[in-house]
Amino acid sequence: MLALRSIAAPVQRQCFRAAPRAAVTLSLQNQRLYSQDRVAKFNGQKDAQGRYTVSLIEGDGIGPEIAVAVKDIFAAAKTPIAWEPINVDPILKDGKTAIPDAAIESIKKNKVALKGPLATPIGKGHVSLNLTLRRTFNLFANLRPCRSVAGYKTPYDNVDTVLIRENTEGEYSGIEHVVVDGVVQSIKLITREASERVLRYAFQHARAIGRKKVRVVHKATIMKMSDGLFLTVGNQIAKEFPDIEFDAELLDNTCLKMTTDPVPYNDKVLVMPNLYGDILSDMCAGLIGGLGLTPSGNIGDECSIFEAVHGSAPDIAGKGLANPTALLLSSMMMLRHMGLTEYADRIEKAAFATLAEGKALTGDLGGKAKTHEFAAAIIEKL
Amino acid sequence: MLSRNSSRAAQRLLRAAAQPQQRLNVARGFASVSDPAQTVQSDIFKPTKYGGKYTVTLIPGDGIGAEVAENVKEVFKADNVPITWEQIEVSGLDDATPTGRTEEKFQEAVASLRRNKLGLKGILHTPISRSGHQSFNVAMRQELDIYASISLVKNIPGLKTRHDNIDMCIIRENTEGEYSGLEHQSVPGVVESLKIITRAKSERIAKFAFSFALANNRKKVTCIHKANIMKLADGLFRGTFQRLAKDFPQLECNDMIVDNASMQCVGRPQQFDVMVMPNLYGGILSNIAAALVGGPGVVPGCNMGRDVAVFEPGCRHVGLDIKGKDQANPTALLLSGAMLLRHLGLDDHANRISNAVYDVIAQGKVRTPDMGGNATNQEFTRAILNSMEKAL
Repeated sequence: MLALRSIAAPVQRQCFRAAPRAAVTLSLQNQRLYSQDRVAKFNGQKDAQGRYTVSLIEGDGIGPEIAVAVKDIFAAAKTPIAWEPINVDPILKDGKTAIPDAAIESIKKNKVALKGPLATPIGKGHVSLNLTLRRTFNLFANLRPCRSVAGYKTPYDNVDTVLIRENTEGEYSGIEHVVVDGVVQSIKLITREASERVLRYAFQHARAIGRKKVRVVHKATIMKMSDGLFLTVGNQIAKEFPDIEFDAELLDNTCLKMTTDPVPYNDKVLVMPNLYGDILSDMCAGLIGGLGLTPSGNIGDECSIFEAVHGSAPDIAGKGLANPTALLLSSMMMLRHMGLTEYADRIEKAAFATLAEGKALTGDLGGKAKTHEFAAAIIEKL
Repeated sequence: MLSRNSSRAAQRLLRAAAQPQQRLNVARGFASVSDPAQTVQSDIFKPTKYGGKYTVTLIPGDGIGAEVAENVKEVFKADNVPITWEQIEVSGLDDATPTGRTEEKFQEAVASLRRNKLGLKGILHTPISRSGHQSFNVAMRQELDIYASISLVKNIPGLKTRHDNIDMCIIRENTEGEYSGLEHQSVPGVVESLKIITRAKSERIAKFAFSFALANNRKKVTCIHKANIMKLADGLFRGTFQRLAKDFPQLECNDMIVDNASMQCVGRPQQFDVMVMPNLYGGILSNIAAALVGGPGVVPGCNMGRDVAVFEPGCRHVGLDIKGKDQANPTALLLSGAMLLRHLGLDDHANRISNAVYDVIAQGKVRTPDMGGNATNQEFTRAILNSMEKAL
C-alpha cells in the first residue's frame, strides 16, 4: 500500500490538503491533560441583574418563529436569561468557510448558545456551518436524549434514551484521498485523547442525570485497533467511576435490541464514536417520531451550543405552522447545563403536559394550532 | 484483476437480467420468500451434482448453529431433498476444542465451498480481543469473493410486530469498505482505520442490485450512503450508482443518507424496496430492519459471488447466550435453505419447506421464545415436520 501511495504522488496532494487540519486539532488536544475535573463545566458569569447572557442563533426558515416561541416561554417563566442575537451568515476567510468574528466573540464571552436550524448553502467550497461551529469551538461531544412524547403515538412507547456521540474525529475526520483513479481511502481516526474526553464526559453526564450505567457501543470485532482503542479507554475511565456500571455492546446488537424494544436502554447512557452515534441518534429520534421532537446539545471545553437538529423547512417558513418543541427541549438541556435546573423542570413539565393534552398541537403532530398558540398553551400551564 | 473479474461477472449478471425468464417469480406469493437465485443464470453457476445429488457444504457455525443445522438436515431429509451435506465444523471461539478455531479448518471450509460452489452456513463467532484473529465470516467472504450479501426482510404472516407490510431487501457490499481490515497505529494513542471504496466493486454491487431488482419484480432501488461527509469515498459509491442507474430506466432509483435511512426505517419502513449500500451501513440497517419483523431468527439471507453462493441467516447473530438451551429459532436457516433450493431450481422442495415453516408460525400454537411462544427448538421443528407430512 505504501508503494502505491508513492506512485500516486500527484493524487496524493488531496491527502495533504486534508491532513494539516487533523494535525492541528491533534496537537491542540495533546496539550490538554484531562484530570478528574469536570469536563465541559459551565463557567458563564451573571450580569448586574443576575441574568446569564445566551447567544441566540435564530437560524433560517422557521428558525425565527420557533425562537420567538422559546423566548416568550422563557420570559413567562421568568428565567434569568438575557438573549444576545447573533448572525452566523458564513463568510469566506482565507478561502475557508468561517463565521463572523462578532459571533465568535459573543459565544466565547457567553460560553453558551442556542441555535435554530441553519440551511447549509449548497455549492462547492462551503463546509456545512454546523461543522464550522463544531470546529471553531471544539465541540467534542454531541448529546442526544430521546424521550417519548405522550401526545404523539408511535409504534414505540416509553422511550427514554440518552446517547453521546464523539463529535470531532472517527469516520468524519474528513481525511480522504484518491489512491489511484477509482480507489478511494477514507480514514477513520481514533485518538486516545478524544476518546478519553468524550468517555469521561459520558460518565459525568450519567452521574449528573442520575443514571447508573454507561455503555460503549462499538464494532471492535472488525475494527480491532480503532474501536478497540475506544473500548480500552472506556474500560480505563470506568475505574475512576466505581459508582457507575460500565459495559460494552456490539453495534449490531444495539441496533437490533433498540429497534426491538428500546425500554431496557432507559437506565443507560450510551457513548460511541462519531458515525455510529450519528446513525443511532437519528434512529432513536425515529423511534419517538422524528427530529421535530428531539433536542441536541454540542458540548465543548469552553462553550456549548444547544440546537434543534431538524431542517429549516423553508416551505412552511413564516406561516406560523412550525413546531418549536425541538428547540424548546434543547433550551431545557441548556438550562440544566447552566445549573438552572428548577426552571428547566418547570418549563419541561408544562411543555410535556401541553403535548400530552393534545389540544394545541402543531400540524406536524396532527393538530391545527399555530406556533404562537402552542407557546401560549405552554405559558398558560406555567 | 478486480475490474476484470467484476466486469465479467457484471456482464453475466446483466445478460442474466436481460434474458426473459420464464420460470421467474412463480413462488413469489403470499407465503414465500422472493427468489434471489434468479439473478444468477446457470452459465455462471454449476454446482456439483453426482448421481442425481448436489453436494452442499454445511458450516453449522457457533452458538445456536449446531442446533439449527441439525433442524435443517432433519427437515431436508424428511422432504427427500437431493442434497448431500459436506459438513465442516469451523469455530471462531477461542476455547473451541477439540475442533478448535484453527486455520486448517477454516481453509478446509473455504476449499470445500470452492469445490461445491454452494454452502449453507451459520454464523461464526468473532472475538473482540486485539490479539484475536480476523473475523472468519469476513475472511471467508473476502477469500471467496462473495461480494453481495442479501437480507430479505419481510413480515411473516401471523407474526405480529410493531410494523406491518414490510418487504425490503438489503443488498450490502461484502468485501471492502470499513471491513477492509486495514488499521494501524501511527503513534501511540492515534489509530487510523482505512475504509476502502473502489469504483470496480461499487459498480459490481450496483449492477447486482439492479439486476436483482429486475429479476425479482422489484420497483425501486435506494442507494444508502453518507456522501455529505465522506465526499470522496461514499461519493464514489453514490456516483457510480447514479451513473449505472441511467441504464435501468424501468427502475425507480433514489438515494438516501444513512442516518436518515435508519430513522425512516423505524418510522416508515414500508417505503423501502431494494436497498444497496457499503459494508458497515449494511450491518447496521440489516439489524434495524430485522428487528422490525421479528429478530434475527426469522430473516434469511445469502452471500453471492461469481462462483460461490453461501446461504446464511440475513441478520448475522451467533446466539451464544441461548446456545444449547433448545430455544433456538431455526426459521432463518430453514428459509435460507429454501433460498438455496430455489437457487438450484428445486422449487418444489423449497415451497414445501417454506410453506410448512410459514404455516406453523401462522397458526401460532408452536413458536420459539423469540417469536413470543414457549416451544422448544425441537417442538418447533417437529411441528414443521408434521405440517409437511400433512401437506403431502
